[in-house]
Amino acid sequence: MKYTVGEPIRDAKAPGGPIEDRWDTRRFQAKLVNPANKRKLTVIVVGTGLAGGSAAATLGELGYQVKSFCYQDSPRRAHSIAAQGGINAAKNYRGDGDSVYRLFYDTVKGGDFRARESNVYRLAQVSVNIIDQAVAQGVPFAREYGGLLDTRSFGGAQVSRTFYARGQTGQQLLLGAYQALERQIAAGTVEMHTRHEMLELVVSGGRARGVVVRDMVTGEIETHLADAVVLATGGYGNVFFLSTNAKGCNTTAIWRAHRKGAYFGNPCFTQIHPTCIPVSGEYQSKLTLMSESLRNDGRVWVPLRKGDDRAPGDIPEDERDYYLERIYPAFGNLVPRDIASRAAKNVCDEGRGVGPGGLGVYLDFADAIARLGRDAVEKKYGNLFEMYERITGENPYEVPMRIYPAVHYTMGGLWVDYDLQSTIPGLFVIGEANFSDHGANRLGASALMQGLADGYFVLPTTLGDYLAGAGTFGPVDDADVAEARQAVTDRIERLLSVNGTRTADSYHRELGRIMWDYCGMERTEESLRKALERIPELREEFWRNVKVPGDTEGLNQALERAGRVADFFDLAELMCVDALHRTESCGGHFRAESQDEDGEALRDDENFAYVAAWEWTPQGPVLHKEELEYEYVKMSQRSYK
Amino acid sequence: MAVTGAVLVLFLVAHMLGNLKIFLGADSFNHYAEWLRTMGSPALPNRTLLTITEIVLTLAVVLHMWSAVSLARRAAKARPVKYAARRRSQASGYATHTMRYGGVIILLFVIWHLLDMTFGVVNPEGGDATPYARMVAGFQPSRWWVTLFYLVAMVMVGFHLRHGLWSAFQTLGLARRYRALKAGAGAVAAVLVVGFLAAPVAVMIGVVK
Amino acid sequence: MNLTLKIWRQNGPADRGRMVTYRVEDVSPDMSFLEMLDVLNERLILEGDEPVAFDHDCREGICGMCGMVINGVAHGEQRATTTCQLHMRHFEDGATITIEPWRAAPFPVVKDLVVDRSSFDRIIQAGGFVSVPAGSAPDAHAVPVPKKDADAAFDAATCIGCGACVAACPNGSASLFTAAKITHLGLLPQGQPERASRARAMVEQMDAEGFGGCTNTGECTAVCPKGIPLDTIARMNADYLKAASK
Repeated sequence: MKYTVGEPIRDAKAPGGPIEDRWDTRRFQAKLVNPANKRKLTVIVVGTGLAGGSAAATLGELGYQVKSFCYQDSPRRAHSIAAQGGINAAKNYRGDGDSVYRLFYDTVKGGDFRARESNVYRLAQVSVNIIDQAVAQGVPFAREYGGLLDTRSFGGAQVSRTFYARGQTGQQLLLGAYQALERQIAAGTVEMHTRHEMLELVVSGGRARGVVVRDMVTGEIETHLADAVVLATGGYGNVFFLSTNAKGCNTTAIWRAHRKGAYFGNPCFTQIHPTCIPVSGEYQSKLTLMSESLRNDGRVWVPLRKGDDRAPGDIPEDERDYYLERIYPAFGNLVPRDIASRAAKNVCDEGRGVGPGGLGVYLDFADAIARLGRDAVEKKYGNLFEMYERITGENPYEVPMRIYPAVHYTMGGLWVDYDLQSTIPGLFVIGEANFSDHGANRLGASALMQGLADGYFVLPTTLGDYLAGAGTFGPVDDADVAEARQAVTDRIERLLSVNGTRTADSYHRELGRIMWDYCGMERTEESLRKALERIPELREEFWRNVKVPGDTEGLNQALERAGRVADFFDLAELMCVDALHRTESCGGHFRAESQDEDGEALRDDENFAYVAAWEWTPQGPVLHKEELEYEYVKMSQRSYK
Repeated sequence: MAVTGAVLVLFLVAHMLGNLKIFLGADSFNHYAEWLRTMGSPALPNRTLLTITEIVLTLAVVLHMWSAVSLARRAAKARPVKYAARRRSQASGYATHTMRYGGVIILLFVIWHLLDMTFGVVNPEGGDATPYARMVAGFQPSRWWVTLFYLVAMVMVGFHLRHGLWSAFQTLGLARRYRALKAGAGAVAAVLVVGFLAAPVAVMIGVVK
Repeated sequence: MNLTLKIWRQNGPADRGRMVTYRVEDVSPDMSFLEMLDVLNERLILEGDEPVAFDHDCREGICGMCGMVINGVAHGEQRATTTCQLHMRHFEDGATITIEPWRAAPFPVVKDLVVDRSSFDRIIQAGGFVSVPAGSAPDAHAVPVPKKDADAAFDAATCIGCGACVAACPNGSASLFTAAKITHLGLLPQGQPERASRARAMVEQMDAEGFGGCTNTGECTAVCPKGIPLDTIARMNADYLKAASK
């Protein structure tokens, strides 16, 4: 697939001046909407995770008429709920030297210098408000005996700034946002539409003015119009079929918006999490994450000899390769996610992997149990061990765990400016759905922070500024609505009419395999070219041979799935184009051609210190570069040796 | 349920204690029965307090049943379509699942019991005999089936109390330490069952004549 | 392993529904229960049949979307486990498995095993929150919370809203769900100002939705994937009685 280079993006709309004053400046500049007018303005929010739920609740509270949509049966089910670890905030309650500036610095550096400084600084600033807000809502964070909030250090940070609620921080924060949302629904400011899936964006007069959704229960196609549209529909990790995402997570909402003119930023930036439970068979439907904290006490190893299929207990110490400790003596088992993931892939590629299909490495607690005692280990990791045993049927106190990396988070997403507005005026994108503040790699416990920062604090201000001009928007053109509806019904009809011989899931599985093999943990020009060959072939076959049962009416889960898979094909292609064009390695994007003599990712700041914002055109993607400037954090190469 | 149940439990305790007087001999027992009638006199006419007690008890029984029926009706309405698979209880406690049919058995028993011991209609000695005589006559070995019915009913009462007692605390929001609470409920239920069975068994095996 | 499945099929809310028997073969013991149904569905689609509709999303036991009554037990007999985390190794080769939707009038069947649980959302709407507009919160350390209370609040707050408690309750009561939220917020200082009104409004909404009354059978907590304890219901009752007597 050929791409062309278009005009660069020169202005991301961040105010100038000292970085610590920029958000204040923007807030002061932002025009306000008078309370009486707010009632007359409608905002659509799609998605009810941390970003969408908190945004809808806050906008409702402010007095706007909000229409909220989710594909699940309740807004409480959004996949933010599955986040385990915690949420970062620069509270410095420990007095261990943390500050807004340090969180900003760590995030920019952790993102391998591919995020916008102004945005990241703002994120660090509002992080402290998030904790206040959550506590006031009754989120039961872990506390110390003195009654104050407990924190832990997470993901390689040298300060203890991660607030947590056992291993269910995402759940507790999401329920806080959900409850705030339900309160607004009761108050009549938010109209909730559950089991509704967005299938098209309505653009009229150059502005985002509504959405076309399918009522998943009746099958009815509905149009909802508004003065602005907010997408908070999460990430697209499910393009790999197997990921830690929920089964329903999909790209359709942002992909449809992309087709309507919203640029897609850095689609190839994918985060692979090193500690997941490996695939056990062909039927596998999803992967389950095991908290990274396990690496604090577990030792990662594989047999020294290729094809050694003895039981782990029968392999003597000197025939084991504790490869992370060997290669990275300073950080050992605690190297960052991307490094741990790639190292696991490398040893498995050498034929030394363990478990079904040789895709797994051991995470061994025998030493920890000998050192700390079984009770201490159980206290620390009991629930994780239980979860592991429930899924695998193996007891990790006796046999080492098997782990393997899995797709976990996508840093890419729709491109947005400092105001979180996409290139379509009136279309705002928040949370994982936007290309985000994480650059090429997200730090642990930062996803929850970003989602809530966007929803509770950033969007409500910047959206108000946009809506202050709503008087000039004019009516929505009927022809634009008809066109969007037609596109939706045509696609559905087309999917149902193929009546071929393969299910949508089987295509999805195959697409995922292509992406994992050729655009996964390690990418090469050759592999990406192969993917770019295979994807269009498979897509062509899909549209010729997919079998979707049932009809347009009523609940039809196979139809829902087929529509999502169709969009994943298009996104997959763009991801590969992006990965191919970015010949450097950075963060989660590892190009084998760009590594130093030790096999570490090698950035090419001279040529690639930009956000790749892709525009969709019928002739193929057009690349718009947003150059990144680092005034505060000096660019440097990561090293964990 | 909880409040009316509590009234009935208090009654049961008093009733059981009264029954045990049978071991102190016919006079003591008859005297106790007489005292029940004359409670409060001479300040109040005979039977005043007894009648009040009877009214309260009747009311408690009626309200208890009314609550049970309305709970059962609500339950039926909340689940109009039943499960096809046979459902095994996942919670411990057989007693919990005997409340409804157990309650019906207990009700039938109470009716029979009143006819037998209070009105003497189905008692071999009839209504004019002394309470002691009626008791002894009622549980003669030849009438083993009466004793058996009594026994079954008392076990049902025991089950009913075992769940009902802690359940009342739970409903009133007073339940805290569950292990102790449930053990306590079990103990009280057991004491009552043993206490109530003591008299008829004693009559049947001839200890009390 | 080979299995016989008896699955409730119902085309829509108006359909009467019936049990339909299917055979599934070559099931791996390492499959999850839902993966086993995926395999069945893939086959049904290719055979030109309608696949079995069931709700699921995260498949890691936290979103609360999945739920079926398996052999008469909500989420199956494995304790503290959602349907998605239940694995086939717990079944015997050749077994017959009955699969039914949650059965409760306030959870009407949408299709097959999919039910509408929006009644739970309405119970939360009635008062399951702390009223605090974004940006108005005091510093998080302004009010210390005893660790014991925070931990107990957390235990109640882990409810995933799956509805197994209702499905398992012989009375079809939603007491455990409602009580979990009342307990979570009632144990924290932030939840105190609205404590009485919350308990009252939520209990009244629960009754208005048509859920049955609680008779303390304990079936709910036995099947609860998160093990929400029964004392939450005592707390709810205490708060409700206190609020109602005011």
